[in-house]
Amino acid sequence: MKTTMKSTLAGVALLLGAGAAHAGELTVYTAIEAEDLERYAAAFNAEYPDIKINWVRDSTGVVTAKLLAEKDNPQADVVWGLAATSLLILKTEGMLEPYAPAGLENIKAAFKDGDSPPAWVGMDAWSAAICFNTVEGEKKGLMAPTSWADLTKPEYKGSIIMPNPASSGTGYLDVSSWLQIFGEEEGWKFMDGLHENIAAYTHSGSKPCKMAAAGEAPIGISFEFRAAKSKKDGAPLEIVFPTEGLGWDMEASGIVAGTDNPEDAQKLIDWSISKAAMEQYNVGYAVLAMDGVAKEVEFLPADLESKLIKNDFEWAANNRAKILDEWTKRYDSKSEPKT
Amino acid sequence: MAATDAVLPPGRPLRMKLDRDAWTKRAVMIVIGLYLVAALALPLYTMMSKSFTTYRFDLTRYEFQVDDGAGNWGPVVSAQALNDQLGVFAADDLRASSDSRLAPTKLFPDFSFRSPVKYRIRGLGNAPFLVGLDLKRGGDWVELDSNTFRRVNFRPVTARGLGNYITYFSSPTLVGSIANSLTIAVISTIVTIGVAFGVAYALSRSAMPFKGFFRLAMVLPILVPSLLPGIALIYLFGNQGFLKDWLFGASIYGPLGIVIGSVFFTLPHALIIISTALSISDQRHYEAAESLRASGWRTFWTVTVPGARYGLISAAFVVFTLVITDFGLPKVVGGQYNVLAVDIYKQVIGQQNFEMGAVVSVVLLIPAIFAFVVDRMVTRRQVSLLSARSVPYQPKANRRADTIAFLWCALTAIFVIGILATCQFAALVKFWPYDLTLSLKNYAFNRMDGGGWASYGNSLTLASATAIAGAVIVFAGAYMVEKTEGFAAGRNLFHFLAMLPMAVPGLVLGLAYIFFFNDPSNPLNSIYGTMAILVICTVTHFYTVAHLTALTALKQMDREFEPVAASLHQPFHKLFFRVTLPVCLPAVLDIFIYLFVNAMTTVSAVVFLYSAHTQLASVAVLNMDDAGDVAPAAAMGMMIFYTNVAARLIHAAVSRGLLAKTQAWRVR
Repeated sequence: MKTTMKSTLAGVALLLGAGAAHAGELTVYTAIEAEDLERYAAAFNAEYPDIKINWVRDSTGVVTAKLLAEKDNPQADVVWGLAATSLLILKTEGMLEPYAPAGLENIKAAFKDGDSPPAWVGMDAWSAAICFNTVEGEKKGLMAPTSWADLTKPEYKGSIIMPNPASSGTGYLDVSSWLQIFGEEEGWKFMDGLHENIAAYTHSGSKPCKMAAAGEAPIGISFEFRAAKSKKDGAPLEIVFPTEGLGWDMEASGIVAGTDNPEDAQKLIDWSISKAAMEQYNVGYAVLAMDGVAKEVEFLPADLESKLIKNDFEWAANNRAKILDEWTKRYDSKSEPKT
Repeated sequence: MAATDAVLPPGRPLRMKLDRDAWTKRAVMIVIGLYLVAALALPLYTMMSKSFTTYRFDLTRYEFQVDDGAGNWGPVVSAQALNDQLGVFAADDLRASSDSRLAPTKLFPDFSFRSPVKYRIRGLGNAPFLVGLDLKRGGDWVELDSNTFRRVNFRPVTARGLGNYITYFSSPTLVGSIANSLTIAVISTIVTIGVAFGVAYALSRSAMPFKGFFRLAMVLPILVPSLLPGIALIYLFGNQGFLKDWLFGASIYGPLGIVIGSVFFTLPHALIIISTALSISDQRHYEAAESLRASGWRTFWTVTVPGARYGLISAAFVVFTLVITDFGLPKVVGGQYNVLAVDIYKQVIGQQNFEMGAVVSVVLLIPAIFAFVVDRMVTRRQVSLLSARSVPYQPKANRRADTIAFLWCALTAIFVIGILATCQFAALVKFWPYDLTLSLKNYAFNRMDGGGWASYGNSLTLASATAIAGAVIVFAGAYMVEKTEGFAAGRNLFHFLAMLPMAVPGLVLGLAYIFFFNDPSNPLNSIYGTMAILVICTVTHFYTVAHLTALTALKQMDREFEPVAASLHQPFHKLFFRVTLPVCLPAVLDIFIYLFVNAMTTVSAVVFLYSAHTQLASVAVLNMDDAGDVAPAAAMGMMIFYTNVAARLIHAAVSRGLLAKTQAWRVR
């Protein structure tokens, strides 16, 4: 009996030490789609076999919240693959260590921080897209929408799912882009109309498309990567890129200030904008931070980049609290679910 | 006379002499008490104090200078003075959250970003402001042209006060959740108690067949995370659900789904309590009723129900607390129906507003503590109905009543097993609803959110560590409290600390842990992000029931053992390991399995605390569902179910083996 107690205590002691950081290991916070993590890490390890990546993957809102919560006691070494708007917020909190990675000159100007050395560098862009389930649409006698404005038509009542901008990066990208496309007043008016047709607001940005793919609702406002993936999985989807233009954000990376493993962190950031990395991103994403690498992605148009709006990231980051406040006030109090 | 008047001098006050054993016992009790203070009381205190941390824009701490466009600077003027003059910002505008920004250009009515006018700004006492995205602090003047001054934003500073509570109660969205939470909790409680009472009544008062099977089936929900029924309900009644028509157009997303799912996951808890209450019934009462020619209906209301009333009340409050604090189910199937538990999650995870999360936590604590207090009062008033002369009730066969009882139980069992079967089916279908071929592709967890198969391994580690460490800590604590003489204040305090976790919702505990442990000035800070914090959190979260189990077992032991051992000069630890522990072994094993199963299924307490190395299967269910990977979420949920079934079976086998060895004395 005593020996069991002892071994228990030993076990507890062992557990206590389990979280300590080691050289050759990086704790990487990310919002990269889960299915891509292994592939990205393997490609990185092909070049740097001695650096082990410990992923903390969650949706954009969760990772951002975690990073901010740990502001005074950062647990992450690197942020690799988080929305640029979130990295901008981290920058305003002084949480990023500026670093000019090797090959920075190959990155398009819009895809890196304006400061020198930059606090963050971009990887690729993801953009808004609408997933339209043709089977369910036919059952309900609906035509696929072609523009954002179409979504406010009364025939789509209760047929649309979109992500909640307070928890989803994709949701915020949608809302902030509508305010930029339509102007502030018209933008809110558009969302008032859209709200009438919404069946549910989800917490994550990929869920609306997956729900549309599964026929839970005919229309899901989501992003192009997820739409293409679901279509590839065999879902009866038509991917719509609204004519007014697409809101977008980029996946970007930076070093967390205060990391105790800066050498490895720099190597990872170097690699994150290398050609080899870009080729990995290109498997799912059509718009890359580096010119001349991108090949066409199945189910996505070749001219996707030209459909993106001119996004004012600083405005989007600095007005985030205000916009979310207004959005929550207007739409989050819906107490009865719509059928 | 004089002799009798003489008063004896007061003697030395009597004091119990403490021997080494007594000191050891007190020391162990204090150590475990300190554990509870560090793992429960202090984090909760930190969270409470966090809810009073407010953010606001302090205009007195910013100063400006404006030039005339020709390089001549005007007087230094504070933002406060400008606002007093112009009144552009009301008090409401100055209240902020941690992420708020306020643009000062509004303080300058003739501001134009095209004008050649230059501005200087400084923040006194480290007041922060942004120029574009660069954070500035400090009293040095920052000189900016008009176009850049447009990009200046104040950042809020912290203060203490009731501001968060004012914001909370003036926001209809947030306040609405209180009514929503209470509504679903009350409705779920009424339905669950009704169903559970019917089943318990059928099991104890009828002569229907298959009682053993029903008993087994009804406790199955305890083995799965609470959000699993939500997933099943979506497959059954969602817009593509195969039983969608049963709802006549109503939507499963919202209160309906929450209530049905809540009935599923709270049923075993209610059933266990009500069954216990009904099982202590006295045949003689029924005989008396019969000889007085009371109708069956009257007997039911005058004998059965009053006998079980404390059990019913207790079960009602347990169910109420479980539903109002549950977060997984409303998250999955709640649609746009906001409830308190999900609000905490949304405030913290979505809006990064930790202070508001703390406020909602405090609000959620109120009904939970209220239910807890009422339950304790009721339990205290419960008197034993069973005396030495009682005759256990023997149900007689009654064809009509037995058929009704059987149907009631059968329907409930179909509901329970149907939910689980739906999840298993969902997990195996390739692409619902368009490709119904079976495949194992949903078990490729490594391609999904939530940490993949490693999270399943982590959950096993957590469950085992929690069960072992928890059983040791809880039983030792209960033993010291029960067998220590004197020291009443300490024992009462310990008892209070041990009962407290029952009233603290998991989500609140988890949030309190972030505030308390993720503070660099906390010496325990190093456990943040490790498996250890998950173990500590889980042991603490489920401490109360385990503690009560241990106490019940210890109270059954004769108090004479200790004096006898002492008179034989045997140290208490010898008695503990030779007698007490072997006798109480069944209870210790029950605590072990209770902690194991709950550590496998818990989501709420650990959802804020897991890290890269320590993702968990139950959280993976949540995260996969969140990302829209509903089928893999169901698959992982069922993995947890099978693991818990296996653990239960092993527990049963080990118990039987050990009992044969250690409990032989019970058989005469």
